[in-house]
Amino acid sequence: MLEPYRVLDCTGRLGWLTGRFLADLGADVIKIEPPGARLDEPGWRADNVNKRLITLDLNKPAGRDLFHRLVAKVDFLLETALPGSPEAEVFDPAALRAINPKLIHVSVTPFGRTGPRAEWLASDIELMAAGGAMSLAGEPGGMPLRVSYPQSYPWAASQAAVGAMVGLMKRNATGTGDHVDVSAQSAVIASIAHAPAFWDLLKQNPSRAGAFMTGRSVHGAQYRVFWPCKDGFVNFIIYGGVAGRRTNEGLCAWMHDAGADLGVLATIDWATFDSTQTTQAQVDAMEAPIRKFFLTVTKAEFLQQAFEREMLGYPVNNVADICADPQFAARDFWHDLPGENGKTERFIGGFAIVDGKRLEVKRPVPKAGEHGHQVLADCGLNKDEIAKLMASGAVN
Amino acid sequence: MAGVPQALDGLKVVEVGGYAAGPWIGKVLANYGATVVHVEAWDRPDGFRLQYPPYPKGKKGINRSGCFSYFNDSKYAVTIDVKKPGGIELSRRLADWADILIENMRPGVVERIGLGYKDIKVTNPDIIYMSTCNMGQTGPRAATGGFGSQLSALAGFCGLTGLKDGSPQLLYGPYIDFVAALVGTPLILGAIDRRNRTGQGAFVDVSQYECGATFLSGAIHDYCVNGRIAERDANADPVAAPHNAYPCRKSRPTGDEWLVLSCWDDAEFARLAQVIGQPGLAKDARFATMAARRQNREALDALIGGWTKGQTADEAVNALQAAKVHSYPVNTIADLFSDPQIAHRRNWRVRKHAEIGDQSYYYPGIDLDEMPGDVTAPAPCIGEHNLLVFKDFLGMTDDEYKQLKDAGVI
Repeated sequence: MLEPYRVLDCTGRLGWLTGRFLADLGADVIKIEPPGARLDEPGWRADNVNKRLITLDLNKPAGRDLFHRLVAKVDFLLETALPGSPEAEVFDPAALRAINPKLIHVSVTPFGRTGPRAEWLASDIELMAAGGAMSLAGEPGGMPLRVSYPQSYPWAASQAAVGAMVGLMKRNATGTGDHVDVSAQSAVIASIAHAPAFWDLLKQNPSRAGAFMTGRSVHGAQYRVFWPCKDGFVNFIIYGGVAGRRTNEGLCAWMHDAGADLGVLATIDWATFDSTQTTQAQVDAMEAPIRKFFLTVTKAEFLQQAFEREMLGYPVNNVADICADPQFAARDFWHDLPGENGKTERFIGGFAIVDGKRLEVKRPVPKAGEHGHQVLADCGLNKDEIAKLMASGAVN
Repeated sequence: MAGVPQALDGLKVVEVGGYAAGPWIGKVLANYGATVVHVEAWDRPDGFRLQYPPYPKGKKGINRSGCFSYFNDSKYAVTIDVKKPGGIELSRRLADWADILIENMRPGVVERIGLGYKDIKVTNPDIIYMSTCNMGQTGPRAATGGFGSQLSALAGFCGLTGLKDGSPQLLYGPYIDFVAALVGTPLILGAIDRRNRTGQGAFVDVSQYECGATFLSGAIHDYCVNGRIAERDANADPVAAPHNAYPCRKSRPTGDEWLVLSCWDDAEFARLAQVIGQPGLAKDARFATMAARRQNREALDALIGGWTKGQTADEAVNALQAAKVHSYPVNTIADLFSDPQIAHRRNWRVRKHAEIGDQSYYYPGIDLDEMPGDVTAPAPCIGEHNLLVFKDFLGMTDDEYKQLKDAGVI
């Protein structure tokens, strides 16, 4: 889709995924790394596949000059320099737009490029805290938690991808580029759904829900969400309403077929069951046989039975479960490339299917020095210039 | 709806479906200038209108859900009864008007009612048609419907949240719906750009489950290549130490008070040690290196926690940031409305809703210097823009409109 466009990707972790999204959409994405950057970290490899790579020392004058020549030749620039840092000067929006007025310059930073806290230091845990997400995760009254794999980075990077495309639409309409300023803190707010509306409209401050669903029963009963099963946990809730009825009937039928003791569940008419009118004692009585039954069930069995019986609920997957899920294989989601030592290196494929075809991963993970010559030649430098730059050590 | 020129001016979007995953894409497009029409039926309104609080003053009503409203600002709303004769034709006419159609029903539903891609393509061949659902349109479990809150468990997020030996934890709301919406939005705009160049439409099949995987890309890759299974581990980090949340002296009226901080090299830890009045810790063998600090995490956390509990979160963070130490207060939801950086970014835009009154709508974390985008209007009431959309946008005559209204289609 984006085949006509070239992207200069100077990002750190906050923006890796932005370039990957644009690359999967077909853009020619050139990743720039400083000399000595680590290219073996799994997160780097996962998010920088499908790009080309050049090593460029932006601290050297020759490197800086070359950077400016590249800026003149690209449609997008992605960068994550912290405001106030020396790198941020390299990415001064006005100076770069002067070189290339059609440039769509996307800055992804912890707090945006301006404002009272723009220069504050923040990694994932600080950003998840700053955007309100941590206050909602963890046991009620307990410590606020982050997700144990950084989420603020993809939240910021995905908003940056939206910003890049909005910038392209702006350029299409007006003929000039723009500077797109993305704040990771602001992006994280998108992860907390409509929690802000409770404070805004009712002055209720939502907090950590833990592993239970509250706020359904007028008697204050809480419903269990996460249940231990044979090899982990499943997510299942006794819902009311039409969907709840189908789910609860499905579970009872499954328990019956499996010869499990239904206990009090056998006496409930799910057509008239009202999950808002239960007491905690009633919920506990309903949950006891379910708890016992789920301990005999594996995650994979739960997934299959819930699907077949049209029950709401899913197993709590880990990455191994995700990778084994036949749903992904059937949709051709995995992209295998030859890796080190004859091993296969597996990546997630393009992130959607368009006109029946998965978005393509065309390039393997780049190696240092692999694309230097080719990229410089594509950007209009001649042989002598390239040789001189290579000799200077500013680029590889 | 804006008077100021915007990047997506002139882009016409129709949404069929409801809840979060589809409508949130439309909301973001609307914030940058697109004209977005949210389609409902009187007897089947958007599910968020019916059962989802908050309701202002606790009073329910079809136009009073703060949840629906929060996800649907800056849009137009129409009602069409597709079961009445003429209903499908009217829906198709609206789809013919659109550049983009977004639907988030279970696979097969739009086809059954005659609004599938194949149906729309006949008269609007270059439409960008996006279907977004739990599993995608194909595969052995394509037919699965369900809530994003539960899909977030299947996609790995809940299992990665919690104490090491404790239960997985809920993430607030349908977490993965917003992941999928943000991953899907650039795709829609990419398809529009291609259409503008080539005249080619597109059918875009988004699986929310797959979108979730992009947010765990490194962990999935680490498993595929190295066999390592990422596990929930409270707030610990594989590299940084310290790296945790610490309780503070309560000063905010809105809940408990915590801060988070992290140190990414020994020099930063030395600065932290200075701030907490124990400079000797930087030379203490238990804490002198990152590996040692990871090893002695509990003792270190106790020392830091001993300092934070005497400080308010703001006092502590101001001192830490002044010393260049990664840190931030754990903002509660209420705190998001007083955070000075969020105020500077103007992420809350108050607009007056017809029945809810003033509501703060979320403006995304994306600012364009020259065409910055906006929340251009509050969320619409059900069917609020029937007249405008059908007559002004579609060019319906007064007689036609009256006829369809009398027949109960509109």
